[in-house]
Amino acid sequence: MHEWALAEAVVSTAIKVSKKEKFKKITKIKIKIGELQQIDIDTFEFLLKEIIGNHTLIDKAELKIEKEEGVLKCNVCAHKWNFKEVIEKLSEEYSEAIHFIPEVAHIYTRCPKCGSPDFKIVEGRGVLIETIEGIR
Amino acid sequence: MDPRLNIIDKRLENIKRLIAVGGGKGGIGKSLTASALALTLSKLGYKVGLLDLDFCSPSAHIILGVKGIYPKEEKGIIPPEIYGIRFMSIIYYAEDNPSPLRGIDISNAIIELLAITQWGELDFLIVDMPPGIGDSILDTIRLMKRVEFLIITTQSKVVLETVKKVLKILRELKVPIIGVIENMRLAKSSFVKEELKEFNVPFLSAIDFDKSLEDSLGDINKLSKTDFVRHIEKLVDKIK
Ligand SMILES: Nc1ncnc2c1ncn2[C@@H]1O[C@H](COP(=O)(O)OP(=O)(O)OP(=O)(O)O)[C@@H](O)[C@H]1O
Ligand SMILES: [Mg+2]
Ligand SMILES: [Zn+2]
Repeated sequence: MHEWALAEAVVSTAIKVSKKEKFKKITKIKIKIGELQQIDIDTFEFLLKEIIGNHTLIDKAELKIEKEEGVLKCNVCAHKWNFKEVIEKLSEEYSEAIHFIPEVAHIYTRCPKCGSPDFKIVEGRGVLIETIEGIR
Repeated sequence: MDPRLNIIDKRLENIKRLIAVGGGKGGIGKSLTASALALTLSKLGYKVGLLDLDFCSPSAHIILGVKGIYPKEEKGIIPPEIYGIRFMSIIYYAEDNPSPLRGIDISNAIIELLAITQWGELDFLIVDMPPGIGDSILDTIRLMKRVEFLIITTQSKVVLETVKKVLKILRELKVPIIGVIENMRLAKSSFVKEELKEFNVPFLSAIDFDKSLEDSLGDINKLSKTDFVRHIEKLVDKIK
């Protein structure tokens, strides 16, 4: 499960931030998971719970995980579209490649309007931490 | 907040030395040197990884003849081993398709690869750099904090001009420079040595243009017998 590496990154970041903020206990972490990365939220939560269990600083933290829609915008024709529109047409192999490295969306998908690979991933790329809350 | 940036140090912590093979200019033998160096160090019994950071024209897999291998998923991705080298490249995900990536995407893909790759314990991680003094070199310096550079040049004035710029920026940023290798030498001359004198970096060796090289690409047995690889084997003591 390669998601474990990203879950570990979330926990390491939360611990690093809380040390800087002098938190005694982390109470809540809000995480966004971008649609391009196609990570199952339950799986990610399961992995996070397993990892935070090893750190008393964070083991009781409430985990709030939300999906962020994948929004793409063409640099050529300015068309905006949702990743959902294109993912359905992709083979399993290609969508798995995007799952590992979201940037390869530029290889396997195109602007639905003009066919360009030159687009911006505006939102919903991958795993982001929105907020970390704790008590001092 | 991007959590990936906080885990990269940990992913690299069990690697003794990180060596980026660069030079700024294209087509001067960076990938060949990186591949030959990884091969040589592995033959000497060191634990070696090879990371191809050239996402637009990855080459290390062509030079080494890598085919039909794929990383394993285990708490991240584990690079498959070939000739004793743990090999990581965008090719596992891009295959042989063109990758039209802008700077921000290249940067993001580098961060992702570094955040999820579990190299394990290594004596050396050799990084094959793309040409340019842009995203890849800046991210390499930013993310692989202990990186040292091995610089490739040729006798060409055009190449040397760019190599000097790379040396200047590495100097300014206090990035260690292992030394310079002159590649594709056509005639004996001290031109490169003279031109680079002001930088006071070790001049490691000059490798002649090797006509048999092209024919050996992709075939590890043939490659190992080329003058090029023999030359790298001779100079490896100055690097390791
Ligand atoms: N000493 C040499 N003699 C003959 N051919 C060489 C020599 N060194 C490199 N080459 C050839 O030159 C070509 C470019 O080499 P290589 O791909 O290693 O360069 P590079 O600097 O990595 O290029 P890029 O900037 O595109 O990544 C290859 O075909 C390689 O086989
Ligand atoms: Mg190259
Ligand atoms: Zn378009």
